[in-house]
Amino acid sequence: MMAESFHKKALARELRSALSKDEALAEANRCLFCYDAPCMRACPTHIDVPLFIRQIATSNPGGAARTILSANILGASCARVCPTEVLCEGACVLEDQHKPIQIGPLQRFATDHAMAVKQKILTPGTPKAGSVGIIGAGPAGLSCAAELLKLGYQSVIYEAAERPGGLNTYGVAQYKMTPEVAQAEVDWLIEAGVTIRCGVTVGKDVSLSELESRHDAIFIGVGMGAIPGIQIEGESLPGVWDGLDFIAALKNGDREIFEMLRGARVAVIGGGNTAIDVVTQASRAGAGKVWLLYRRGREQMSAYPHELELAKDAGVELVLHAVPHRVLGPSRGPSPRLSRVSGLELGRKLPDGGERLETLPADLVIRATGQKGAKLTAELPVRTDGGKVVADSNGRTSNPRYFAAGDCVSGGQEVVNAVAEGQRAARTIADEVLGKLGGAR
Amino acid sequence: MADLSVDFCGIKSPNPFWLASAPPTNTGDQIMRAFDAGWGGAVWKTLGQPIVNVSSRYSSVDFAGRRMMGLNNIELITDRPLDVNLREISEVKKRYPKNALIVSLMVESKRETWHDIVRRAEDAGADGLELNFGCPHGMSERGMGSAVGQVPDYTCQIVEWVKEVAKTPVIVKLTPNITDVTFPARAAEKGGADAVSLINTINSVTGIDLETLTPRPSVHGASAHGGYCGPAVKPIALSMVASVAQTVKIPISGIGGIASWQDAVEFILLGSSTVQVCTAVMHHGFRIVLDMIDGLSAYLDSKGFSSVQELVGLSVPRYQRWEQLNLNYRVIADIKQDKCIGCGVCYAACYDGAHQAIAVKPNDRGRSTVEILEHKCVGCNLCSLVCPVDDCITMKRIDSYGEERLPWTEYSKNPSLYPHVRSNRHDQ
Repeated sequence: MMAESFHKKALARELRSALSKDEALAEANRCLFCYDAPCMRACPTHIDVPLFIRQIATSNPGGAARTILSANILGASCARVCPTEVLCEGACVLEDQHKPIQIGPLQRFATDHAMAVKQKILTPGTPKAGSVGIIGAGPAGLSCAAELLKLGYQSVIYEAAERPGGLNTYGVAQYKMTPEVAQAEVDWLIEAGVTIRCGVTVGKDVSLSELESRHDAIFIGVGMGAIPGIQIEGESLPGVWDGLDFIAALKNGDREIFEMLRGARVAVIGGGNTAIDVVTQASRAGAGKVWLLYRRGREQMSAYPHELELAKDAGVELVLHAVPHRVLGPSRGPSPRLSRVSGLELGRKLPDGGERLETLPADLVIRATGQKGAKLTAELPVRTDGGKVVADSNGRTSNPRYFAAGDCVSGGQEVVNAVAEGQRAARTIADEVLGKLGGAR
Repeated sequence: MADLSVDFCGIKSPNPFWLASAPPTNTGDQIMRAFDAGWGGAVWKTLGQPIVNVSSRYSSVDFAGRRMMGLNNIELITDRPLDVNLREISEVKKRYPKNALIVSLMVESKRETWHDIVRRAEDAGADGLELNFGCPHGMSERGMGSAVGQVPDYTCQIVEWVKEVAKTPVIVKLTPNITDVTFPARAAEKGGADAVSLINTINSVTGIDLETLTPRPSVHGASAHGGYCGPAVKPIALSMVASVAQTVKIPISGIGGIASWQDAVEFILLGSSTVQVCTAVMHHGFRIVLDMIDGLSAYLDSKGFSSVQELVGLSVPRYQRWEQLNLNYRVIADIKQDKCIGCGVCYAACYDGAHQAIAVKPNDRGRSTVEILEHKCVGCNLCSLVCPVDDCITMKRIDSYGEERLPWTEYSKNPSLYPHVRSNRHDQ
């Protein structure tokens, strides 16, 4: 029991803690209130950053939350998960001289306030005729629904999972954001009148033709699918995990996972930000040793430099130019479901082009290479390419009744990109489909 | 090392830093601790007839996340028994003979009452007396404090009464709550005062509690105007000190928002021989004097002064009437592009708030590149004031008149000689 509570604490410990009121005030007063502010330009949803920071400085956190959330309904998530180092904070003019304004934590301060006082955030527009079926309650779908509601249009979100939120609920590492924050944002939408049907898989529980008959337009926000196999011997052993399943299991508070991780040696394969999430999360949740294996050099890794530093700070060992060959095992774990492997055989590329074989004494192997397309994507009546939906920047697909945005189009970007794209798609749907129906509801 | 000691109308002090008559000088214990910390002198919290105080008493103005840029109080004079204060004055003077101990006084406007309090304060060992004609709240409703300081004839009269018996120097503390502070200053000098001190606090309401709608500080749901002090009042005090310095010949003890050695130097340059501090000590305690002494001393050494006395009043001749300023002198803003961080704050300030003399365009980093439109720049300073980077925007001189001066007094007699100045004036 003690071990469990330790792990839970370690898991819950957030990366950037909340600012106190005094800290927020002091930080807000550092902001220069730039003209045509670079931070605002750098934000995909163009939140009026100088204005919301000024509102914090004048003890108007409710106004700050309105400024943030009117531009980005998932502003509370973004405050936690945005790579602010390369977006707003990276653009801050104080970066060279002192240090940039902590825009992320200030945004969190304002949105935390809104949640604490149960502030009403979304005001529906004058009701108009027209309805949109949204597939997927992830960031893109939620953003699309919120924008449609502001414009006066109803939508129904169909979500296959038990809970709404998409990656915000299941896929963002716990130390960055808890599912409660994702749920609070979803609650804003539900209170304002958006219908979300969870546990409904399109193509199984409801057919596409049924959706087409119920709705005037369909928005696709299904995200990406599972992490594909890497085609090596032993990868179907039970001690080999999909990185997203691993994060979701930890977020669900799976006690067995904590037990399994305790002191375990974990080899994670991948070089992107998801791989960083997995290694950092594993290390923070009690793993004894964590390796991050990447097949090429540091320069080729797609992970942000600040994220890689985070992993190193968590004690992760980076193994570059490493190609996994074979998973050894199985080995006994705490339960049949959670059995372990007995090692990972890999080849270390040498400068002369040769390869040296090594065996890591790994207990667990986690795949965190890129996701493949969602299963549903291939079944949709829209043009696709390599598992992704083909859509323009305003969400138009090859089918005039279907619109799409978020990871299922981009292949995997930030929450804030999905929010911005979902908004633009909603406006396109309103202009090009619903607006032509005419009349009030 | 420069000599910091002063002789203020006969009152000797190891340095020019005195504590003003206020809560920090309420007791002998406080004053002795202040002297131990390094303060040169102290003005004892005002003695007078018995009073009672309210609760609460202070309120403040915060600015940009910093506490107490301005402080307001509705506290009256000392509420401790007179004999206790007098006993402690004797004790402090005995134990700290080298420090300046001035006693502030305020009693009803009767000749005998003033004679009595003056004798008692001097018998206790006061090195000098400060007549409190400045306190703007409470006591003024009873015909004392600023009620006296606002009427030059009363000021003169009471100073004359005091001088009839006083053996030590008499300082008159002036109220700023008057149209022209030089009138009571002249009255004090006429009555025989040895020095003046200014400014006392300014009538103020610091704010209102937006939940209860009660002005601060709240005394059971109501408030009264208080006396304002602290960093916020310094510019007002400097202006009044300079005006008085140009008007009277007696020495000045400068008061009003002094918190650092730089503040003190500014008051001294405008004619103060000593400076008095209150709010900064109420905020940070007595220890701030360490840096005030060190900073003043280092400044004097770096400028080649051998004594602080040499500094007194050096800026007074440079404080003039507007009509004496040189209209031939022209500056414009100069932006150091290599220092600019691209915040665009100068652009917004100039475009919306001044003379539309800055152009802006976004650069390849998504920031603002700004440029001075020299033909539109009037040399107002605003951009250089708002720029967050030191020395990024400076003002450069562009006229070609050298030392040839043209004050308004001459210009108005012969405007046609100077067409460029005239057209400039019409622009404004």
